[in-house]
Amino acid sequence: MATARADDMIDEEFSGALLEKHGFLSKRESIDCLTVDCPPDRLEELALSLRDEDGFDMLVDLSGIDHGEDAEPRFSSVAHFYSLVLRSYLRVHVACPDNEQPVIPSISGTFPAANWHEREAYDMFGVEFSGHPDLRRILMWDDYPYFPLRKEFPLAGIDTPLPADDVAEVTQASVEPAPMMGGPFVSAGEGPMSDSEPRALDESWTEESEKPQ
Amino acid sequence: MVIFKYKKFPMISDEVAYNGKVEGDVIVTKADAVINWIRSHSVWPMPMGLACCAIELMASAASRYDISRFGMEVMRFSPRQSDCMIVAGTVTYKMAEVVRRIYDQMGDPKWVVAMGACASTGGMYRSYAVMQGVDTIVPVDVYVSGCPPRPEALLDAMIKLQDKIGRESSLSNLRKTRGDRAG
Amino acid sequence: MSKTVSREVSIGDVGAQGAIASEQAEGSRMALNVGPSHPTTHGVLRLIMELDGDVIAKCDPVLGYLHRGDEKIAENMTYNQFVPYTDRLDYLAPLANNVAYALTVEKLAGIEVPERCEAIRVLVCELARISSHLLGMGVFGMDAGAWTPFMYTFTEREKLYILFEELTGARFTTSYTRIGGVSRDVPEGWLERVTEFCQNLPKAVDEVEKLLTRNRIFIDRTEGIGEISKEDALAYGITGPNLRACGVDLDLRKDKPYCGYEKYEFDVPIGTRGDCYDRYLVRIEEVRQSIRIIEQVIEDFPLGLWYAEDAKKIFAPPKEKILTSMEELIQNFMIVTEGPQVPPGEVYFEAENPKGALGFYLISKGGGVPYRLKIRAPSFCNLSIIEKFVPGHMLSDITVILGSLDFVMGECDR
Repeated sequence: MATARADDMIDEEFSGALLEKHGFLSKRESIDCLTVDCPPDRLEELALSLRDEDGFDMLVDLSGIDHGEDAEPRFSSVAHFYSLVLRSYLRVHVACPDNEQPVIPSISGTFPAANWHEREAYDMFGVEFSGHPDLRRILMWDDYPYFPLRKEFPLAGIDTPLPADDVAEVTQASVEPAPMMGGPFVSAGEGPMSDSEPRALDESWTEESEKPQ
Repeated sequence: MVIFKYKKFPMISDEVAYNGKVEGDVIVTKADAVINWIRSHSVWPMPMGLACCAIELMASAASRYDISRFGMEVMRFSPRQSDCMIVAGTVTYKMAEVVRRIYDQMGDPKWVVAMGACASTGGMYRSYAVMQGVDTIVPVDVYVSGCPPRPEALLDAMIKLQDKIGRESSLSNLRKTRGDRAG
Repeated sequence: MSKTVSREVSIGDVGAQGAIASEQAEGSRMALNVGPSHPTTHGVLRLIMELDGDVIAKCDPVLGYLHRGDEKIAENMTYNQFVPYTDRLDYLAPLANNVAYALTVEKLAGIEVPERCEAIRVLVCELARISSHLLGMGVFGMDAGAWTPFMYTFTEREKLYILFEELTGARFTTSYTRIGGVSRDVPEGWLERVTEFCQNLPKAVDEVEKLLTRNRIFIDRTEGIGEISKEDALAYGITGPNLRACGVDLDLRKDKPYCGYEKYEFDVPIGTRGDCYDRYLVRIEEVRQSIRIIEQVIEDFPLGLWYAEDAKKIFAPPKEKILTSMEELIQNFMIVTEGPQVPPGEVYFEAENPKGALGFYLISKGGGVPYRLKIRAPSFCNLSIIEKFVPGHMLSDITVILGSLDFVMGECDR
């Protein structure tokens, strides 16, 4: 059988010491690595300390999360740090204080790797990173008006004009929502099987019949 | 009707001799037959290799599925020097402009092959960023299905393209464009 | 009606950045757009550069030309339905992506797969590594002007494709793993064919090396070009052969072994200077080490099942049982319609892919569909350093630098 992954978790002693050193961190439940919550105003301080003193010299990932339109807080950013010496990861959750104008301090000064990850989080969620040298969209085109990974944005997309005017004029093409036939087809997951069978997410319309207003 | 004087002809194909008479060393046939024969056997592809299908395109150019047998190994990345644009891979809305501009820069006559499911209809990516088929912005001549299509499928598509080129009325098209320029 | 009237190119958004670059380009500098459709940018990468004569003064990469919305799609697909999308991330080594994704979900679900399954996964990961590096180095040679290595490496890759097709049904884009195991067992005689392939491969790699490694022109073009320092590499999150060429000993197969890698003996090549030549050498040596691992795996191939039998709500039982027994039929139905039921929680797992460390950050709120799946793509991070270290090089070095970084836009843009 495969070996159990006990070596993933950081040494209890070390994690205790780390939490004590940065008293503003609070631990979160996790199955794979030390996970902490950090208040946004202490993030830069934490990043500097992680890099210079605690041995977490690599930022491997920084992603945004949308917890849902009704959640409080709605947006947060999660950074994963890796320590070559300890061979472990550290996960830091930072919640955006404001749901309408989510802002988090940027750590791209300390970890240049965060530069592009933060641009992507901005592009997909609209989370702004204060202090970022060049916060613009990276995956969608600059003028794209929406933030695609937000939960209320439909997978099929929303009608927008094509980014290039001359091409749009010649070809009459535009950014159209993908034909989903009311899908994607997912199952509700719970309840009696007759209800939870896979069906179109939104059965009120198909290609033939218009969506009722 | 065009009269051709030839010294050495390695092979007389049916197409060239279509409606033709062979008298001694001279073949008399339709201009279209000759022009199309020449065009179809040296299609220079412009590989618009966007995603995974580009790898199968490269594999069909490699030694096992030699695309050079059909005269197409000359993969010119410059649109000015190519005949056929093979759109291999997913076309996103951001990339659409580039695809169209390159298509515009290609010289006539030009053809487009939509290789793979993503280029034909958007493939399995039904999402906000993917254009559901490259035929929204360029006129496509041959669609190849597959994700990715095997090199043999691509070669089959190129043969179909050759047949399609063979059926074009090239001479009248040439006359039309020449007329435009003169006027 | 003359057709030679010059048309004023209207600047769509994509062109705007180039226009801005040329406005801002200082005095004697020229703005050059190495556009998305270009033979040297492997895939659709756009570089907006400012040139001072022949020397690059500024380089701004523009991504997103292959952004297909994978992460949003993942929120609407069951775990097994998402496996084909992982194929198309790093489409040069699809099997490695499949394995990394399956391992992530299995980590969250707490499933342990049998030894045979682990051995199969290690085997296909290493074959995928060979495939990816062969293509990377063949195309790298082509970028530097050598056409023949490309042909040789592609011939070897065709042999690999035959093996993959026999195992999975597809040449590449294999979609081989499932959550809780792999989709089918190793066919009869396949292991012998892999052994035969591994016996013939070193000769082919030797041929490629004979053409490139001590080739004066190749060395002139790659040695000392594109040097990345250790500190920069760590700061920018570079992983994989690019990082190891800089001298940092980080290989997840050794440091955080997964899937049974701790059982096999292999060396990890580390470079010294971090230039293009080192990156090339590291990759060639990794191919040889992969052959070593494969030979060890086959020598001691465990018997048993290729899926986790006790993963009741997660892995579909074999077909014979489904078609004959009621319980398995219901199980299969639930797994296919609702998806593998994964408990709520979050997990981050990185695997050592040929391009670097491919990580999946998965947040699940229970059920068969993930809540958030972030794909940490190695090529995305590897490319971020371009802005920093390309200025100062000549324009003709760009092809060599991009070729040596060996990135894939499919996973960079997702």
